[in-house]
This record gives sequence, structure tokens and C-alpha cells, in this order.
Amino acid sequence: MKVTKDLVAASATPMVLGILAEGESYGYAILRRISELSGGELDWTEGLLYPLLHRLERLGHVESSWQSVKGERRRKYYRLTDSGVAELAEQRRQWATVVEALKQVWPGGGTLSAIPLEGMA
Amino acid sequence: MTEPDGHDELETQFAQWRQYAERRPELRKADTEELEDHLRGSVDELTGLGLRADEAFLVAVKRMGGLDDLSREFAREHSERLWKQLVLTGEEDGSGPDTRSRRDMLAMVVCAAGAAVSVKVPELAGIGFDDDGGFYGRNIALFTLPWLASLLAWRRQAGRGVIGALLGLFALGALAANVYPLAESSQSVVLTAIHVPLALWFVVGLAYVSDDVRSSRRRMDFIRFTGEWFVYLALIAAGGGVLTAFVFGTFEAIGISPEDAIGQWLVPCGGVAAVVVAGWLVEAKQSVVENMAPVLARLFTPLFAVVLIAFLVAFGWTGEGIDIEREALILFDLLLAVVLGLLLYSLSARDPLAPPGVFDRLQLLLVVSALVIDVLVLLEITGRITEYGTTPNKAAALGENVILLANLAWSAWLMLGFVRRRTPFAALERWQTGYLPVYAGWAWVVALAFPSVFGYL
Repeated sequence: MKVTKDLVAASATPMVLGILAEGESYGYAILRRISELSGGELDWTEGLLYPLLHRLERLGHVESSWQSVKGERRRKYYRLTDSGVAELAEQRRQWATVVEALKQVWPGGGTLSAIPLEGMA
Repeated sequence: MTEPDGHDELETQFAQWRQYAERRPELRKADTEELEDHLRGSVDELTGLGLRADEAFLVAVKRMGGLDDLSREFAREHSERLWKQLVLTGEEDGSGPDTRSRRDMLAMVVCAAGAAVSVKVPELAGIGFDDDGGFYGRNIALFTLPWLASLLAWRRQAGRGVIGALLGLFALGALAANVYPLAESSQSVVLTAIHVPLALWFVVGLAYVSDDVRSSRRRMDFIRFTGEWFVYLALIAAGGGVLTAFVFGTFEAIGISPEDAIGQWLVPCGGVAAVVVAGWLVEAKQSVVENMAPVLARLFTPLFAVVLIAFLVAFGWTGEGIDIEREALILFDLLLAVVLGLLLYSLSARDPLAPPGVFDRLQLLLVVSALVIDVLVLLEITGRITEYGTTPNKAAALGENVILLANLAWSAWLMLGFVRRRTPFAALERWQTGYLPVYAGWAWVVALAFPSVFGYL
């Protein structure tokens, strides 16, 4: 089972904000973490992650800094700002509402079957 | 394979990838660096799993997906990057301020300020704008072009020989503009006012090519520079007009008359400074913005070709002679100059290795029809000159016509060869760049010799 693109896109912002809430991180590590959290079911691409990070930076939810790692390399680290923390809280509230509503229409979590329309039986 | 070899190979692959990614306008240097770090993380992980370095690289690149998709995603977030910006302060990519462009800017400010001050200096000697317009008309190039030439020579770190030549030529220009006893209303004073700036523009050209005076490519660059400089100057002039209108309107509204401030300070000082600023802009933006002059040339070549051919057809149809007025020769000089400009700026933007195409044929058609028209005009006008004797104006216009005609005739011949794949494109380019000193020479002859030859008419 792979999660659809739309759902990945919809959950992208809270996912990145949530991971950065664990501590500052950089692109590759964030992708690794997502893969780890979802058991490889969430199909993220670099084309989704980096523009999203840049957008969050532009909106002020995250800030970035270049730090040098081994050798000549520089790595761009991202960390959550106060506004990012607030945004994450807001996103969590919204997601909680969605999940709560879904739980109510999917009682028990057992197998589902199509119910025929009335009068068509 | 030994380990260091694999490592070197990997570095080459990364270098190639970087080069490839940096060509994307959507990706800034910082983005490529970030993505490269990602790629390296991926490669490290894969080699840790036991893959060879080159295999790991291939897999990592494959995982990242095509650069096309990636840049499309980046473009969605950074759409402004597709509008190439003339970055005045250097890219803010954390690599520190660009000291080179900052020093250039400082030099530009000094030169522009120098030009603005120099245009006000004669006033200290009692030569005001209102009393002696002729003086400023003759000398306008001397208040501006030496400063522009200094900026260029400074940027190119011109040698002593070139600097000496520049100083000497500007001094000669100052002599040509001021030593002859020319009456305000004489023809020669107008000719001087036109030809001294032309001659001195080629001195600016010398400063421009000072790092490699004989190179045909550098001369072509100067032709490009001239076109772009002109476009920028026109844009700055338009902006300056708006500024002037606002200064006038706003101060007038509170009962202060700004006429003096505008006429004595804003327009003259701003105007001469604009010449330097336009030159600096062309140098600064060179590779950042698409050159405008070739775009205009492409746009107008077909239109001019249609007009000229229509003129020839109408001329043949009516069978009437061309009515040569006094101004006609100058008009046709300008026509040849425009056709030459269209030709030059199309050449300047053309890929020298591309095979001849439809546009080259169109251009040949344009040049040939201009030549035919000009020959008709010349036949008409030489009769007149021999009949009524010559004046400085007629001699200068005729000389220019002959020079342009010679250039275009040989250009047409070379273009014909090129379209028929007999002559290489480079021959056409070399002909044009080699011809530049001829224009400079003629401008100097008119500026220096004409007044005395024609008895200060």
C-alpha cells in the first residue's frame, strides 16, 4: 500500500514541522526520518521537500543556517521558529478534528462492505 | 578498483552533476549545494550498504528524480527566479558580499559624480547654459565620454600606452571642438557638434577593448556594448523625464518655481551622469539580462525589408524621379545607418556556427534593397553637387554615404557567399569589426579638417 500523492501533499507541512520540533535537522535527515516513521509507505521526493522547506522559511515558520560538516562540505540546517511552533499547534488541532471525525464514521475498524441503495436490492 | 580511484571518479561525477544543475535558472547556487549535500548523504548510505561508489551515485541520482521535475517544483516556490534580475548587490547566498561588484559600483559613482561636476565647471569661468548654448553643444561629449572611458579603462586595467593614447585623443577632441573660430550659425559648427562625439565614442571603444586591442571578438563586444548602452540610456532618459515632471509639478504646487533647479542642475548633471551609469549597467548586467539590441534588430529587420521593397516597387511603378531636397541625402544616410545597425546587431547575437537560415536570406534582401535605393539617390545627388558646388554639409553627408555604401556592398557580397555556403560566417564578422576604424577615421577628418578646408563656413 502506498499513500496517495494528494494525501502526502496535504500532510507535508505538519510532518516537516513535527520533525523539526524534535530538533534542528537538514534535508536528507528529514527524508530519512519520514521514511522511518511511515515504514517507507510515505513516498516523498526532493522536489516536494526542498521547495516546502524554502516556503516555510519564507513564511517565517523555520529558519536556516549553513554549518560545515566533515571536509569542505556545508550543510543547510533548518530549525523551528516561534511562529513555526504556533503553526504546528494549529495544524495539530486541525488534524485532530479530521482524525476524530474519520474515527466516528469508521467504527470498529472492521471490514467494510458496500451497502446497496434502498429499493435497488 | 582501488578506493582512491573510486573516490576521484565520484568527485568528477559530482562536479558534472553540479555543473548540470547550476545551469538551471530555477536553482540558485545555494540550492545546488543543498541538493548536492542530499545526494552525498544518499551515496554515503548506499556505499555503507555495500554498493560501489559509481553504482551508489547512479542510484542516488535516480532516486532524486529528473532535474526537470525538480526544477519545476522549485520554480513553483521561487517563480521570481525565472525573471532574470539585474542583481545590484550580488547574490545573497551567504558567500559574503561580492567585493568586485561593490568596487565597480564605487568607481561608477565616482565617475558619474565627476561627470556631473565637470559639466558645471565652465560656469565658474562665466560660461552659463543660457548665454553660450553652442559651447555646451560642441563640448557635451567631453563632459561625459572621458569619464565613461576612465571607468572602462579602470575595469580593464589598461596599460600605460593605452591610457596615454586615450588622454591624447580626448585632448585632440577638445581642440577640435574649441579652437576653430566658427560662427554660431555656420554649418561647420553643427558638423563639429555631431562628429566630435562620434569620434570620441570610438575613443571610448579603445578603452573598451584596451585589454586586447586587435581582437575581433572584443570589437564585436564593443558593438554589443554600444547597442545596449543606447537602450539603457534611452530608458534612463525616459525615467529622468518622469522625475523631472514630478519635480516640476510638486514644487510648483507649493509655490516654488523649480525651473532653475531643473534647467541648471537636474537635467545637465543628471544627463551627463546617465551616460556613465548606462555604461556601468551594461557592464554589470552583461550576462544577467538578455541583450535588447539584437531583439529589436530581429523584430525590425523584416519590417524594414518590407518597407524598402515596397518603396522600390512604388518607385518603379510611378516612374517619377526622386525629388532630392536638401535634407534627402541625410535621410538616406540615416537609412543606411539603420540598415547597418540592423545587420550589426543581428550578427552580434548570431551563433557563428549555425548554418544559414531564412533570417539570413531576409537580411540579404534588406541590405540589397537598401543598396539599390541608395545608388539611385547617389546618382541623383552627385549631379546636383557638381552643378551647384559643394558645402561642408553635402561633403560630410556624401562621404558618410560612400563609407556606408562600401560597407554594405561588401557585406552583401559576403552574405551572398554565406547563404550559398561558400564563405564562413566569421568573414562577415571580421569585415564589420575591421571596418570600425574607418568610421572613426572619417569622424575625425570631419571634426578636425573640415572647418579649415571649407573656410569656417
